[in-house]
Amino acid sequence: MTTQKKFPPHPMDSLLRTERLPHIWCPGCGIGTVFSAVLAAIKNTGWDPDQIAMVSGIGCTGRMAGYIKLDSFHTTHGRALPFATGLKLARPDTKVIVVSGDGDLFAIGGNHFIHAARRNMDITVICVNNLNYGMTGGQQAPSTPLGAKTTTTVNGSPEEPFNFCHLASACGATYVARWTAMQVRSLRSSISEALEKRGFSFVEVITPCPSSFGRRNRMGSALEMLKFYHGRSVIRGDIDPKDASMDIDKEIVVGKFVDIERPTFMDHYEKANRHQMPQWRMHPDNQKAR
Amino acid sequence: MFAKAVLTGTHFINGDQACCEGALAAGCRFFAGYPITPATEIAESISRRLPELGGIYIQMEDEIASMAAILGASWGGVKSMTSTSGPGFSLMMENIGLGICTETPCVICNVQRAGPSTGLPTLVAQGDMMQARWGSHGHYEIIALSPASPQEMFDFTIRAFNLSEQFRLPVIILADEVIGHMNERVVIPSEEDIEIIDRRKPTVSREEYHPYKADADGIAPMANCGDGYRIHVTGLTHDERGYPAMDAKAQENMVKRLVGKILNNRDKIISTKNLFLDDAEVVVVSYGISARSAMQAVRDARKEGIKAGLIKLETIWPFPEELIRSIAPQVRALIMPEINGGQMVLELERAACGACPVTLVSNYGGAIIHPGLILSAINKAAKGKA
Repeated sequence: MTTQKKFPPHPMDSLLRTERLPHIWCPGCGIGTVFSAVLAAIKNTGWDPDQIAMVSGIGCTGRMAGYIKLDSFHTTHGRALPFATGLKLARPDTKVIVVSGDGDLFAIGGNHFIHAARRNMDITVICVNNLNYGMTGGQQAPSTPLGAKTTTTVNGSPEEPFNFCHLASACGATYVARWTAMQVRSLRSSISEALEKRGFSFVEVITPCPSSFGRRNRMGSALEMLKFYHGRSVIRGDIDPKDASMDIDKEIVVGKFVDIERPTFMDHYEKANRHQMPQWRMHPDNQKAR
Repeated sequence: MFAKAVLTGTHFINGDQACCEGALAAGCRFFAGYPITPATEIAESISRRLPELGGIYIQMEDEIASMAAILGASWGGVKSMTSTSGPGFSLMMENIGLGICTETPCVICNVQRAGPSTGLPTLVAQGDMMQARWGSHGHYEIIALSPASPQEMFDFTIRAFNLSEQFRLPVIILADEVIGHMNERVVIPSEEDIEIIDRRKPTVSREEYHPYKADADGIAPMANCGDGYRIHVTGLTHDERGYPAMDAKAQENMVKRLVGKILNNRDKIISTKNLFLDDAEVVVVSYGISARSAMQAVRDARKEGIKAGLIKLETIWPFPEELIRSIAPQVRALIMPEINGGQMVLELERAACGACPVTLVSNYGGAIIHPGLILSAINKAAKGKA
């Protein structure tokens, strides 16, 4: 194919649908960095690629599933997690990675995120947080900073954004980390750890969207945005996730915030169906009565 | 270790339980759902039965998630289903569309109650017939079945799985509250006597395999996740490789095949049960619980010497246009009893092409149609000038 000739071989070609390149992402977009980190982390695990699946929702990041040479599913907006839940339960031996944007995972898909984390589905979720809806041209997202300009908040966003890591942790995720797209090494090792983690693991990446978010907020070039986010970042591992502030104006706390063990959905499901679930009673007196 | 999947024997169970047993007999091993009257008993029954068969029951956070989860499970190679009623069915529309576009076999049982909105949660209706046909956006064809007894809930659930696997799409069972909650005799045959159809698997190498390259009959062999084919599946318009293709030509190729694989196989899909049709002058066309009332009315009419007949639609979609078109010129009238303001009657009129009068006997939901109402419509039609 003609498009292939343009590109010299890349170390990650074995995991890429090279015939689909060039990709659709804008110059300077942070998704490429995250994608590279995901590919490197996958290689690093040494797993059989036939036993790894990627599921995505809709949006710029959702397109990642279209470029990775794994079993890959580009589903509906916000529904990557419930789709991945069904896939994982049908094929428990398959490693399931969900990649999506902040809007997909936390606005339209917010409820699914909460429940997948609560159930502790054995899934790794990578969230590319670019602070707006990029694919549709830069609208307000649940991550948009208070006062930031988007095409739907020209006078500044009147809403306070989510802290996704705090949310993930509160819902029961077993692994939670946040990095900016500048901190590639840490990002890569966090994704590796998340992949190896049993249970619901979550990695958030703060990425530049120079075409939409950056342009409307006069943040300069992609590189300037990267530097800006990096400059605002403060590494504070093992901090209580509720204190891991995600405030572009002050500080972006990055690091690994949660790394715990908790039984997965399947652990509990199997236990219950072997009739080994401890009996649950509302009041100790009822226990006696039984 | 495991219990029996096929409970061969004679049972006295309700339609919802029969649906559950039909699903298990068909090989369903994954169910994702959300409680809703009057379909809850399907989830309750299957939540008890699936674990003992090594399957998975999961209660999702809503019907959107339930529908997404059964698609995911199906791509994992496991036959999957969900059940719901009107409000949940509305939420499922989005991912039914994904199932159509990505050609994912699965089954949805909608035990209908009266709407719009929350409506009459505990009372019967047949108001989702057009929603089943057109509820998700875009142009597509669907397969829907309409059982009229707990026995048919069992039989048609098996058929729904077979059709979904054969033609690669979500298949809808349009039951109703009365059928779901009615207890009747259900005979479950022995395992050997149940025909099971499984999805066609790829026979070519990974390099040669294109996930959406159809065989001559319009149906593409399906590789499951983990089979080593490293497929890409998307709800975007896609080419034979499954890759997004953003132009009118690709759109035409894809939709033409999605529609064609159903319409060109109508003879294999459509099923009706015809009663006294040979000499019938007035023909009642009905489905589901209303077909039970219609059956009584037609028998009563025959007793009165009126040459009445019945076409009971076992499949709703695709609609048996050819049958209606051939019958219409030979009869005085067609009568459609249904529990809605008139939905399938529109299809009946369309198919009859003005060759005979078409009458609706209906209510808006909450009660079944009394056979007496259908009988008086038959009487009127028989006396009327053809």
